[in-house]
Amino acid sequence: MTTTTAAPIRVKEAGYVSPRRQRVMGIVFLALATMIWAFFSRTTTGQMVTTFVMSPGGAVATPDLVFKTLPFLNVLATISAVIGAYQLVRGFHGRTNTMLGILAGFFVIAFLAWGAADKSLNLAGLLKVAVVRAVPLTLGALSGILCERSGIINIGIEGMLLAAAFTSTVAASLSNLWVGLIVAILTGALFGWVLAVFSIRYKVNQIISGTVINIFATGMTSFLSAKFLQKYQNLNSPGQFPTWEIPGLSKIPFFGPILFSHNLFVYGVFILLIVLTIALFHTKWGLRLRSAGEHPKAADTLGINVNRTRYMATILGGMIAGFGGAYFTLGSVGRFDEVMTAGRGFIGLAAMIFGNWMPTGALGAGLLFGLADSLAGKLTILRIPIPPKFLEMAPYIVTMIVLAGVVGHTSPPAAEGTPYEKE
Amino acid sequence: MTPVLELRGITKRFPGVVANDHIDLKLEAGEIHALLGENGAGKTTLMNVLYGLYSPDEGEIIVKGKRLVPKSPSDAIAAGIGMVHQHFMLVPVFTVTENVMLGDEYVTKGGLLDRKRAAARIREISDKYNLFVDPDAYIKDTPVGIQQRVEIIKLLFREADILIMDEPTAVLTPQEADELFKIMGNLSKMGKSIIFITHKLREVLEFSDRITVIRGGKVMGTTTPAEANQNLLASMMVGRDIELDVNKKPAQAGEKVLEVTGLTVADAHNHLVVKGVSFDVRAGEILGIAGVQGNGQTELVRAITGLMHPVEGKISILGQDTTRAAPKEIIELGTAHIPEDRQKDGLVLPYPIMDNLVLNTFYKPPFAKGAMLQEEPIRENANQLVERFDIRTPSIETQVGSLSGGNQQKVIVAREFSRPIKFLVASQPTRGLDVGSIEYIHHRLVEKRDDGCAVLLVSTELDEIMQLSDRIAVIFGGKIIKILPAKGTTKEEIGLLMAGVDTETQKPVSQPVPVG
Amino acid sequence: MTDNKEMTPPPADNSVKPEKAAKPNALNIFLEEVSRNSLTVTILAILTGLLLGGLVAVLTTETVYSSFRTSFGLGFREVFRVFGITYSALFTGSFGQPDVIRAAIASRDWQQINTALSPFFESLVQSTPYILAGLAVALGFRVGLFNIGAEGQIFVGALAAVWAGTRIHGLPPIIHAPLALLVGGLGGAIWGFIPGWLKAKTGAHEVINTIMMNYIAFRLSEYLLTGFLKDPTKAHPISATVDTAAWLPRLFPNPNRFHVGFFIALIMAYLVYLLLFKTTLGFQLRTVGLNPNAARYAGMSIVKNTVLAMALSGLLAGLAGANEVLGVNRNLGVAFSSGYGFDSIALALLGNSHPLGVVLASLLFGFLRNGALRMQLQAGIPIDIISIMQAAILAFIAAPGIIRTIYRLKEPKEESGSPLLTAARKGQAQ
Repeated sequence: MTTTTAAPIRVKEAGYVSPRRQRVMGIVFLALATMIWAFFSRTTTGQMVTTFVMSPGGAVATPDLVFKTLPFLNVLATISAVIGAYQLVRGFHGRTNTMLGILAGFFVIAFLAWGAADKSLNLAGLLKVAVVRAVPLTLGALSGILCERSGIINIGIEGMLLAAAFTSTVAASLSNLWVGLIVAILTGALFGWVLAVFSIRYKVNQIISGTVINIFATGMTSFLSAKFLQKYQNLNSPGQFPTWEIPGLSKIPFFGPILFSHNLFVYGVFILLIVLTIALFHTKWGLRLRSAGEHPKAADTLGINVNRTRYMATILGGMIAGFGGAYFTLGSVGRFDEVMTAGRGFIGLAAMIFGNWMPTGALGAGLLFGLADSLAGKLTILRIPIPPKFLEMAPYIVTMIVLAGVVGHTSPPAAEGTPYEKE
Repeated sequence: MTPVLELRGITKRFPGVVANDHIDLKLEAGEIHALLGENGAGKTTLMNVLYGLYSPDEGEIIVKGKRLVPKSPSDAIAAGIGMVHQHFMLVPVFTVTENVMLGDEYVTKGGLLDRKRAAARIREISDKYNLFVDPDAYIKDTPVGIQQRVEIIKLLFREADILIMDEPTAVLTPQEADELFKIMGNLSKMGKSIIFITHKLREVLEFSDRITVIRGGKVMGTTTPAEANQNLLASMMVGRDIELDVNKKPAQAGEKVLEVTGLTVADAHNHLVVKGVSFDVRAGEILGIAGVQGNGQTELVRAITGLMHPVEGKISILGQDTTRAAPKEIIELGTAHIPEDRQKDGLVLPYPIMDNLVLNTFYKPPFAKGAMLQEEPIRENANQLVERFDIRTPSIETQVGSLSGGNQQKVIVAREFSRPIKFLVASQPTRGLDVGSIEYIHHRLVEKRDDGCAVLLVSTELDEIMQLSDRIAVIFGGKIIKILPAKGTTKEEIGLLMAGVDTETQKPVSQPVPVG
Repeated sequence: MTDNKEMTPPPADNSVKPEKAAKPNALNIFLEEVSRNSLTVTILAILTGLLLGGLVAVLTTETVYSSFRTSFGLGFREVFRVFGITYSALFTGSFGQPDVIRAAIASRDWQQINTALSPFFESLVQSTPYILAGLAVALGFRVGLFNIGAEGQIFVGALAAVWAGTRIHGLPPIIHAPLALLVGGLGGAIWGFIPGWLKAKTGAHEVINTIMMNYIAFRLSEYLLTGFLKDPTKAHPISATVDTAAWLPRLFPNPNRFHVGFFIALIMAYLVYLLLFKTTLGFQLRTVGLNPNAARYAGMSIVKNTVLAMALSGLLAGLAGANEVLGVNRNLGVAFSSGYGFDSIALALLGNSHPLGVVLASLLFGFLRNGALRMQLQAGIPIDIISIMQAAILAFIAAPGIIRTIYRLKEPKEESGSPLLTAARKGQAQ
């Protein structure tokens, strides 16, 4: 945006990092190292021992991890400081963001080790919950990615999740879980179609289109729930998808129970992640879809129907949100409650931005936000003097920081939010 | 031998304009056919008709003996017609391969994109025509010259044999342009037929096989480089039937009001478009900047008026350094600006006339008292100016957006001239106006000059420059290649300079001499 | 061409219309005018939205189906009965019951009149936060900014007002109440300032940032209400009651909750009107909103005006929160969430981002909301029906094409869509 004052033509190589950003990141790295030392090391005594429980309570038992807290923290702090110094002096260039991720991971681990000093923390349980919490966030983000990559901003994810959660409950209560799931996906498709009609046919501002969907879905589901679900409890007892242990994989020590002992929705996220990554970046379909979101006019001159592409992407995006909506009822609590999505759709939107509009990024962001969520529940048990609510704010704050371009650089699809009109 | 492409009586009308008026054109196989004309002559419209982006009101298109009615670019592509647009149609975040195969993808048996095979094909094409394009590079990291070759590869990849190139050298450096013409030569040798649209005489004379000149939507004639010369083409291209006379006294040039030294400005895409320009404008004179659209005039004006910050160099107005000053400071020094795009920059179209007339003085008495706007003085001001500047409007509350172009421009002129100014920047002040309004505005500009105001006039209309200026600076490729007194200079001379040909040496100015 | 479209004036300003060549009869001209008029579309959008709500109510009433099973005539009668009860409950709930009012007036007993009229005043009470929040969003729209963070700003405003109302003691009411209100407004202003500053300085889109700020505000309120601001005598997270000195005075005895906040909201609407249309600052704000290029050309600062507009927008929303806390609830619980923030987008659009329009739209929504409460009690129709109506109205206003298609209206001379939104800036360079 601030190109007017920038330096003259410069061909940027892939992974180019400006000197200023190199320095800023170096300082950020060093700050993380200092924080590990100042907050954690200095408040730990030499005798303290951290215990991480390494199995979430499943059949496979992995021995607990027990280690001395202080040396561990000091090692982490030192490695972080070395990395920071290297970044400041030489720079990691294309790997700067990877290093940032590693250091952020160190910080979280140090925090956990410190929090569990002389206590025991069920690390495996924590991570397993994080994976579960990540499901709706990641699905919301994937829905957003599909829409926005084609050029349609979708801030109606929240409404789509909620509507699908409702319809899936009723449908599953009346017949079975699978019908409920299909109805949820169809509900999402319907809302996606509505978003597309508003945004493409009527050229309504896409933020407004999404807001209409959110208000309508909240109103409609609350209305129908108050009217019927409270009176006819049998409409609100859909049951839940059972946990499916994946044979073999779930037996892997530590990771097995965390990743491969879940219900359909977690696996759905994994499968969608793979399918979407391939579809978006390795098929003709994806290439065309992305071109509609980046440079619709170029796509048009090559005979691609921009608006049809956008309709398709938005409807498919709605379907993913619909699948995510079913998670809340069929995959989590087995019941519909008013406004039960509680802003998860918006965190999904944040995860999409944080993950830089990439499916893998969305999962990464979803897991990180899920971890924050999961950890918030453990803080009081560990007697860590940080209000859990502050940890719950973290996803929003980091999204704002990322969006401001302080730490990283986001690259949204260039043409998102603008209707395409032929001349 | 039948031509590969024939246009017969193509007519395209837009509300109020006939962009193409019964245009006939024949393109022979393997020839490079230049379509020469000023901006707005209707060249691009014609090519958009051919490419299926517009449908013609009359006339027909015959490709290789068969009638073609292109409804969309796909039809044109299928008929073997390809177009390199003036603004490249490339997705910056895609690789060269992805851009080239978009819409015509190679896929593997498994249904995945076959980037390898496509890249191999691109390499093959690149080698065949000496294009030196790396299929794996990202467009955003690729220089403009190479991007254009990617556009050409896009066409060759689709086996197009009729290539349309719209102002292909507009964004290129002279060296890149020379490379491009080499490539075009290769292409034509291999049997491709090329139409290239331009307004640069040098290119036409050196690199084309035949030349068709268009002016005002009509074909002025078709010739060959052997038969034509620069003077003939220049007069065919820029010739005017209506001569507007402006009576003016000799200039009484005073002190330097604007001083520009070594000014370099980059555009929004970070390309240097003004390159080390130096000049000055004195009180009581009009300095005309002549040049074809897109040679850096827009950015030059934006830098002078504070809307853009230069990369290098210095600007001073009335002795004050304004290189990095905000627009408001520059305005308050007594600068007036008639912007190039009146609807985008100069006016708030939904506002009534009365509000537009105080757009940059609203905070000063009598229009404001403290923080409050004073409606009465604003109305009174509007009534006076509407009268004085002959703005035709039902009322001063009429939205400016509903006025005609000429009256909109008068609103700007009225606003800028009604406050005490010492320096006036007028950028394309008469673009798109009727003859009456043009005359009116010319008259006012000279009046300002006679009042002792320094006037910087930027125009692509050669006649306007010739009639109004006291001195003329010709800008080409972001550099001012010559500053001459208006007296004793001929239109042909300026026309040649605008087309990048130095009149004294009669040699193309591929590397303009730095001025200052 | 697209640029021109963005600059098309708001549809309400039909000051110049090219004159018609032919002169058909007066009625036809009138119908033609009405058909093209955007006010017609607005009114039809509201009516259609209300009708849709009634339809939802009918379709979700079981007796309708059971009656149809008995006989067609009975079914129809049931449909009309449900329609009737829906709208009459909506009406009596928001205005009061005519016979009760008549009886009360006849009795000449002030208390009885007060009680009979209290539904009407309650509607005004419900309208008050709508007016303030609607003004917040409208102000943003006028400057080309999309503040969908009114909800969060309302929360922060409420928190700040509760802090001032429960932690400051010993001030006389004449100082304490305005102070608490002001503190609430400032809280909201800070919440609006942050995304405004980020937008102006880094280009970060205000839509995303205001959404993020919403959720930060929710978490913050949960934190404060379980800790710092919590009433220690209560088990659940709720603040202590605001000092009586900080209350916005109620004008009538119970059950009438009408308080001075309504007048404050009207005053704010008038002030916003003055600011936007009568001051030099407002001139700059509107210019930036309609044509940022021209604003820059004329020497106005985009950065300054953007930040200021978002802060002022937040201030208004903050006042809405403070108003609820100091005037109605007098304490703050976690369930304070109102949905005002999202509804206010509809209000601003419906009111064409003009303060007067916003006030009228807010009254409509306030009366609907209050009427819906009675609808819930009397007709068993959940209150959420108004969200459905509001969503429908918003959709029809935003996409006038739908209404024009339904009612076969003529296209306006220039298709303007919702100009205030299309005027929203795209990737504004600095």
